[in-house]
Amino acid sequence: MSARTLYDKLWDAHVVHVEPDGTALLYIDRHLVHEVTSPQAFEGLKLGGRKVWRVASVLATPDHNVPTTDRDKGIADPVSRIQVETLDANCRDFGLTEFAMNDPRQGIVHVIGPEEGFTQPGMTLVCGDSHTSTHGAFAALAFGIGTSEVEHVLATQCLWQKKSKAMLVKVEGQLGQGVTGKDIVLAVIGRIGTAGGTGYAIEFGGSAIRSLSMEGRMSICNMAIEAGARAGMVAADDKTVDYLRGRPYAPQGAQWDQAVAYWRTLVSDDGAKFDAVVEIKAEDILPQVTWGTSPEMVVPVDGRVPDPAEAPNAVKRGDWERALQYMGLKAHTPIAEIPVDKVFIGSCTNSRIEDLREAAAVAKGRKVAANVKLAMVVPGSGLVKAQAEAEGLDKVFTAAGFEWRDPGCSMCLAMNADRLEPGERCASTSNRNFEGRQGQGGRTHLVSPAMAAAAAVFGHFVDVRNLS
Amino acid sequence: MKPFVKHEGLVVPLDRANVDTDAIIPKQFLKSIKRTGFGPNAFDEWRYLDRGEPGMDNSKRPLNPEFVLNQPRYQGASVLLARENFGCGSSREHAPWALEDYGFRAIIAPSYADIFYNNCFKNGLLPIVLPGEVVDQLFKQAEAQEGYVLTVDLAAQTVTTPSGESIHFDVDAERKHRLLNGLDDIGITLQHVEAIKAYEERRKNETPWLFV
Repeated sequence: MSARTLYDKLWDAHVVHVEPDGTALLYIDRHLVHEVTSPQAFEGLKLGGRKVWRVASVLATPDHNVPTTDRDKGIADPVSRIQVETLDANCRDFGLTEFAMNDPRQGIVHVIGPEEGFTQPGMTLVCGDSHTSTHGAFAALAFGIGTSEVEHVLATQCLWQKKSKAMLVKVEGQLGQGVTGKDIVLAVIGRIGTAGGTGYAIEFGGSAIRSLSMEGRMSICNMAIEAGARAGMVAADDKTVDYLRGRPYAPQGAQWDQAVAYWRTLVSDDGAKFDAVVEIKAEDILPQVTWGTSPEMVVPVDGRVPDPAEAPNAVKRGDWERALQYMGLKAHTPIAEIPVDKVFIGSCTNSRIEDLREAAAVAKGRKVAANVKLAMVVPGSGLVKAQAEAEGLDKVFTAAGFEWRDPGCSMCLAMNADRLEPGERCASTSNRNFEGRQGQGGRTHLVSPAMAAAAAVFGHFVDVRNLS
Repeated sequence: MKPFVKHEGLVVPLDRANVDTDAIIPKQFLKSIKRTGFGPNAFDEWRYLDRGEPGMDNSKRPLNPEFVLNQPRYQGASVLLARENFGCGSSREHAPWALEDYGFRAIIAPSYADIFYNNCFKNGLLPIVLPGEVVDQLFKQAEAQEGYVLTVDLAAQTVTTPSGESIHFDVDAERKHRLLNGLDDIGITLQHVEAIKAYEERRKNETPWLFV
């Protein structure tokens, strides 16, 4: 057989049937479900008198609407409460495993999947959520789907798909001190644009990617969708295997050895052909800060807000002008001179234990600046929260003046009570700086956890490489 | 699903690139557990001057007169003309639900985000891809000529301008077939039950840990 990419291998292993035009019926191994994109799918199943094809393939949890404070009092917003209760009821009715709001394992779907070992190499995994690309960090084919497809997977365990093209993003070299997976992926999006990966599945490779922890790889694959790619992935290696060993849903006993032997084959073969290759030197990547309303509007922390007069074309010039107006920024302002009102550390991009350790290392012994109204840390899951508390990170954060919250999506998209007010500027470890994303009129700057913590204690963006 | 065969409709030009699904339907409206009723909140933050919340009487809210959808000449538009990477961001199917509920039947743009593009076909909403320079021309014509109407013919794969110019577009054969006939994907898939079961049996032998 000719040399195949990791994507080819994952695709080939899941094809059930192919139509004459190449549209394939693809088998789906795992399905994560949350409260926002599932109610209409379950309703469809009920109306059609259909069952869930494979109950054991589904893991559900509420994450978008859950409050991050006073959980024992329930959900104050009645509309949010109904949506979460609807998920609870649907999981009961269809016999699905759910980590409900007060379960210690509850958390953001893209944090708990890997944490439970529910996500494994070689799988196809979907969720009604675009950031499902996260799970590709485990050499899995993972992508977001709409609600009609959620219903389709529940009913048939399959999806109709056209194969994407394959792109290799190769990051070679040694990452600088203080430069993280988040900075790599923001730099990649800055290079190829938010539509640069449209129609592609992206494999991230090269020595800098291999040097990253699983958490760092997840941050990168998480934002593959912000580059337009439905799926991001990283080849399996020792770190993948070590991360999964002993997790609740990971294979056990003899099956573990059998699984690991298979996982080791989940790499792109030498000589495999990619439709596009992007190469970036790790040494060229500095901590990144977005300045606009699209993740591609990003510059290194030592840079300045760009001038729309220098935009490459008329459409972009208009977008840049609109973005500067929305963000309340002037061209040529040094990034380090932009003050922030709020800081959000959390989201499916950056709420894992390593992210919290990096942020805590900056916060330790410092205080949140007087001009910062709120700095909040929202762990990605109940288990991440417990681990952080066992390490004393919560004490570091609270001593510095950060709020230590309960797990969920929180102010990444502000479906719960956590949000920006109009005009407020936020250093955020989340994934989208779209207009209104964190609250109507709110202004989002995407950064790494260490950069967010530094913005909180200095009151403006600073280069974390200069901190002791 | 509602089939799409042929549609003639007033065109509204939305001259922005990278219009994301948060803009098409803001998150607070995603709390609904229904599939309908999102139209009045399509483009909510651009369309209204106040902050929209679920349960408001949208007919009493102050409209933003600057926003193109609110201009009198575009009332009743059913063909949305857009720029590149339309529908990027979140996978929320509420975005095509909102556009469809507003009254759109077709979108024309140089490119779409993958998930949004896919979601449109599940809802009888036809996303047409045309080259950037052709879309540019349509923008100029739609802005210059009040009452500018396009005719979209899915069977023939053409968009026809008021002057009679016919523009060809590409679409996957399978998607076209399902949309023309309004076929339900699940129904089609369940015709392959035996193939799915055979696949599962084979994989249970090869990779048993996936089926524990």
